Amino acid sequence: MSPPRASGHFRTRYEADLAWVETRTQKAWLAILAVGLIVFPLVAGAFLLDLANQVLLVSVGAVALMLLTGFAGQISLGHAGLLAAGAFTTGILFKEFGSPFWVTLPASAAVGAVIGLVFGLPSLRLRGLYLAVSTLALHFLVIHAGQEYETRRGHSTGVVIDPPSIAGWSLQDPRAWYFVLLAASIATVLFSLNLLRSKTGRAWRAIHGREGVAAALGIDVTWAKLSAFVVSCTITSVAGCLFAYYRGFVSAEAFSLFLTIQYVATVIIGGIGSILGALLGTVFVVLFPYAIEALMSALGFADRLSSLIFAINHAAFGLAMIAFLLFEPQGLVGIWRRVQAWFLLWPFKQRPLGK
Amino acid sequence: MQLAANIAVLAAIYALISCGYVLIYRVSRVLSLAHGELMMLGAYGLAATASLFAGQPLVAVAVSAALALLVGVLVYALLMRRMTGESVLAAVLTTIALGILLRGAMVLAFGTQTRYPLRELGWANASIALGESARISAAGLVLVLGTAAVYAALFVFLRSTRWGIRMRAAGQNPLLAAQRGIRLHGVYALAWGLATFTGGMAGMLIACDAGIEATMVTIGLKAFPAALVGGLDSLLGALLGSLIIAGAEVLLISYVSPLLSDVVPFFVLLAMLVVRPWGLFGTREELDRV
Repeated sequence: MSPPRASGHFRTRYEADLAWVETRTQKAWLAILAVGLIVFPLVAGAFLLDLANQVLLVSVGAVALMLLTGFAGQISLGHAGLLAAGAFTTGILFKEFGSPFWVTLPASAAVGAVIGLVFGLPSLRLRGLYLAVSTLALHFLVIHAGQEYETRRGHSTGVVIDPPSIAGWSLQDPRAWYFVLLAASIATVLFSLNLLRSKTGRAWRAIHGREGVAAALGIDVTWAKLSAFVVSCTITSVAGCLFAYYRGFVSAEAFSLFLTIQYVATVIIGGIGSILGALLGTVFVVLFPYAIEALMSALGFADRLSSLIFAINHAAFGLAMIAFLLFEPQGLVGIWRRVQAWFLLWPFKQRPLGK
Repeated sequence: MQLAANIAVLAAIYALISCGYVLIYRVSRVLSLAHGELMMLGAYGLAATASLFAGQPLVAVAVSAALALLVGVLVYALLMRRMTGESVLAAVLTTIALGILLRGAMVLAFGTQTRYPLRELGWANASIALGESARISAAGLVLVLGTAAVYAALFVFLRSTRWGIRMRAAGQNPLLAAQRGIRLHGVYALAWGLATFTGGMAGMLIACDAGIEATMVTIGLKAFPAALVGGLDSLLGALLGSLIIAGAEVLLISYVSPLLSDVVPFFVLLAMLVVRPWGLFGTREELDRV
């Protein structure tokens, strides 16, 4: 669906059809965004920088989940298991062999691909609810494997990992992390956008729409489903590896069902079927607890209820999810598009039929 | 013999919880993943009424059972009613979000300390001997007998009473049932009420046995494979599935490793999904619905 435009825009060359940004307005906004992203860590305080780092870290996994659930339509409740797989691969390789990051990162990706294949196999027989349940079961198996490693090796509180280092310089400064995570996030987004434009992306959208029709059109449904799982799980596993390095610590308790639900919430709250939705959903879900805390201190409850902040976060998060599911099924992207349309089409409200 | 007693108690717990999953799914085709939290709500309800009606334990139990029924009906009326007709993912996520909301609300309302409703009720959890080598707690015995009673009552209800037949009809073909004059909203509300009632009962009995802790929710989640293994729309399947999973869990814990307790139900579930995804007694056509 093309975005609404203020005035008519006509393409005169084939290359313009394939271009990512065409109009001067789009290029201007992109330049402003790029400058803003680069200047941000230089002006932002430590707290904002930490928030930004968290948003960028979660966005990698969220975009991966959006590819799988939003575009290919394969419901997966095992996301935390994939993150755990990447994190534990990093932890195990570091603890047992002292591997540097240029070994653990590809290893996490490889492990993610293999586990993605295993997660994807049930999708060939099952659909919808049963597929979600099978991914849930596999998630528990992965977490159990991680716990087994922890207990067998005596790291019952978790595995401590050194930050990644090249030639003596180790990645610890939040500003340096910001640029690394920004690069990872941009790489993921560009990769996903490109993949969605390709034959594989179109195959995914086809099986999401009507599987039988897709098969009748000659699309290899097995290949489409498995590739969706493998690609998504590889990216998620890499995100898990980044998780492990960023936290410096890997423990099985961090990868609970609640983490999966948070990632699924980024997809649902952001809006299914849109990469922008994944990013907006990430910003919402990551910043939500901080917003609740700020609201509490603004209302003056902070000191009395500080011990219950976790429970309040939990309850508010559930409430926000229910509100979005009931009242805003298209998610934040739906709101974004409505706002965009309001500005661009004013004084008209609706777009003319056929545009 | 002790193993058999343990298996019976665990199977009773799983069966009581999974009949809630089965009831809701069979009647309204919604998978309620909030059941663990609703179970815990029932347990906390008992603790609350026990302190409210101190000195009248039977009244407390009756009131908390009635409250569980009411909460189930309210959950349907206020929340799930709006999600009828939406996609599978949206409905499941709504129940998950409800579970998260309930968990936060319960910590806010009742705090995080372990509570022992049995003490507050003033009853003792006696240890009863079965034969020479096995012992079972009184709460465990009530669990086993209670589960049998609940299942028998549900079988009779669904087979012979008017509302039970209406529930089965609504489960088989909602459109025809509605055109026949059956109130779908009433049937669904009743299903949710009954499911929360049985789940609340399970929660109360587990709390009497072991106290109310945060780990109760994982028991609810582990009962879910029991419902699936038996077939998500079959009560008999839920009973059988609970026996299989409880048996596997207790045997593997005793003979292989205690760490496996959380994972065994999901192992069995995966095996079942590979071999026979619709469960032992489930209807096959459910599989192809997206």
